[in-house]
Amino acid sequence: MKTKVQRDVQSKVRTIVLAMVLMPSIVLAQKPTVAPRAADAMVGKPLGIGRAATADEIKKIDIDVMADGRGLPDGKGTSAEGARIYAAKCASCHGANGQGGSADRLVDRESGKNWDFATNPKLVKTVGNYWPYATTLYDYTQRAMPFMQPGTLRPDETYSLVAYILALNKIVPDDAVMDRASLPKVTMPSHDKFVIDNRKGGKVVK
Amino acid sequence: MDRPKSISRRRILQAGTAGIVGAVLPAAGQSADQAARPKVPADPTKVQGPLATDVGGRSPFERPKRVSLGERRTSSLTPLQDLDGIITPSDLHFERHHGGVPAIDPKQHTLLIHGMVDRPLLFTMDDLRRFPGQSFIRAMECSGNGGRVYRREGNQTDLTPQQIDGLTSTSEWTGVPLSTLLREAGASPKAQWFLAEGADAAVMTRSIPMAKAWDDALIAYGQNGEPLRPEQGYPVRLFLPGVEGNASVKWLRRIELADQPFMTREETSKYTDPLPDGTARIFSLDMDAKSLITEPSFPDKLTGPGWWEIRGIAWSGRGKITRVDVSSNGGRTWQAAKLDEPVLPKCHTRFRLPWEWKGGEAVIMSRATDDTGYVQPTFDVLLAARGPSTAYHFNHIRAWKVMADGIVKFAGAGA
Repeated sequence: MKTKVQRDVQSKVRTIVLAMVLMPSIVLAQKPTVAPRAADAMVGKPLGIGRAATADEIKKIDIDVMADGRGLPDGKGTSAEGARIYAAKCASCHGANGQGGSADRLVDRESGKNWDFATNPKLVKTVGNYWPYATTLYDYTQRAMPFMQPGTLRPDETYSLVAYILALNKIVPDDAVMDRASLPKVTMPSHDKFVIDNRKGGKVVK
Repeated sequence: MDRPKSISRRRILQAGTAGIVGAVLPAAGQSADQAARPKVPADPTKVQGPLATDVGGRSPFERPKRVSLGERRTSSLTPLQDLDGIITPSDLHFERHHGGVPAIDPKQHTLLIHGMVDRPLLFTMDDLRRFPGQSFIRAMECSGNGGRVYRREGNQTDLTPQQIDGLTSTSEWTGVPLSTLLREAGASPKAQWFLAEGADAAVMTRSIPMAKAWDDALIAYGQNGEPLRPEQGYPVRLFLPGVEGNASVKWLRRIELADQPFMTREETSKYTDPLPDGTARIFSLDMDAKSLITEPSFPDKLTGPGWWEIRGIAWSGRGKITRVDVSSNGGRTWQAAKLDEPVLPKCHTRFRLPWEWKGGEAVIMSRATDDTGYVQPTFDVLLAARGPSTAYHFNHIRAWKVMADGIVKFAGAGA
């Protein structure tokens, strides 16, 4: 009669033998589970490090606005309201009417209309003469402005400022209402001027 | 051949700022250099030195410094003329930031990966350090580097390598490959771009093609053997080898995968390259091959004719440097320089060439070639391709003029 210990040993031996017989098919079916080299174990499949992000956690910092309008929040604004906000929060750096100061000039659609930026050193790039997407103005303003209070503008304020800057550049009418539906439909004057990088190394300097 | 070492004007300037040194009158029989020198025992073999310290510092005789341009101090430049080899000491790595350097507690910081993934994930710093890691030595260059000399702004002779091209540095970077995190999150094969977003006051964002993410993008937490310096993105940054520095977003808090680029402010209104044909290049991420002689350079003064070593760095964002040619006669003839090992892809490569200065004027210049066959262009070639007021990527050949009295001045494109 076998003791319990002997039975356990016998059982383990059977298990090991069975495992050895089955191993080739196990190996084929999935990554090795028996004493894998660490490097092998760490390639090609999730390691279970990190934790699932909740919808709320994502929403809290997923602030970007894409060129097709994805990410734009509810809310709306007008140029008239934007002018008031601009005077209070923006003009000290960007100058009256977006004409520039310690920070970038924002308004000027006329100069640069020939798009000679590469050959005319006097040209200043502005929202009106250079920026290809109106949504970028919303994204950047709500993200990083006002410079000393970044990220504090409410959606209505941001839409208003965007409407104001676009109107000053004569891209939208003075009475245009900017919101998540209208802003992505604004076509910027320089929208078609941008080309994907064609440098590839090699002999030719482009 | 004697190994050249005495480059007197540089050492004088290193003892303090130029202005301060200029104001200190040397004592009788003493040069300004000697007067400004730290005090040391007359014979170091006759006195016990200080004991071990917790954190070391430089010799008081060596005072390399970054310099900032402009009052707003949104960037600082690496003192390339003071460095040997290819590694930039971490405290001298160039800086460029758009909302200052944020103070971040690594215990509170997380990195979110979401968008076109099966499993949106949050990683703590401990999580990131648990993943299989990777280290490599790679350069980073700001694509605005060299703009001052390309545009010929202001004084164009009294410029140091630092002032000309100090927005390039090399470090050993350590982190987890972004591809590893993408597999962890189950990235969709349909994702074409990813957004990288920083936790600074600019909440900096750039869009990067997914091909780069799968290739060699690194989520870096280490630099030259220690955690990232705050100004380099502590506790974690994106590092994109060979790509313009701005895209290696610092203080990384979020990566979002998408089917199209996000068209952020930096990649549309700023880091684009107007061309003479009335278009502008967008997503011009790769840095073309470039080189710069760092010694001799302004404000060096060669103490006399004889053997000197011309030294410099060359790098390409596309791969390895295969050769650097050096001219000492303004580009009439060229000679291949020696490349120090290691020669690494997308990394500063040190080149050297012994040079016998016979006295008289000489214009020295360097020309890099990378393993795509790209040859660093002359200023005129680059100007024709890009126009005089293009905005980024200024990798034309640079020249220095050694005057008859040994004083070295920047000589622009060598004309």
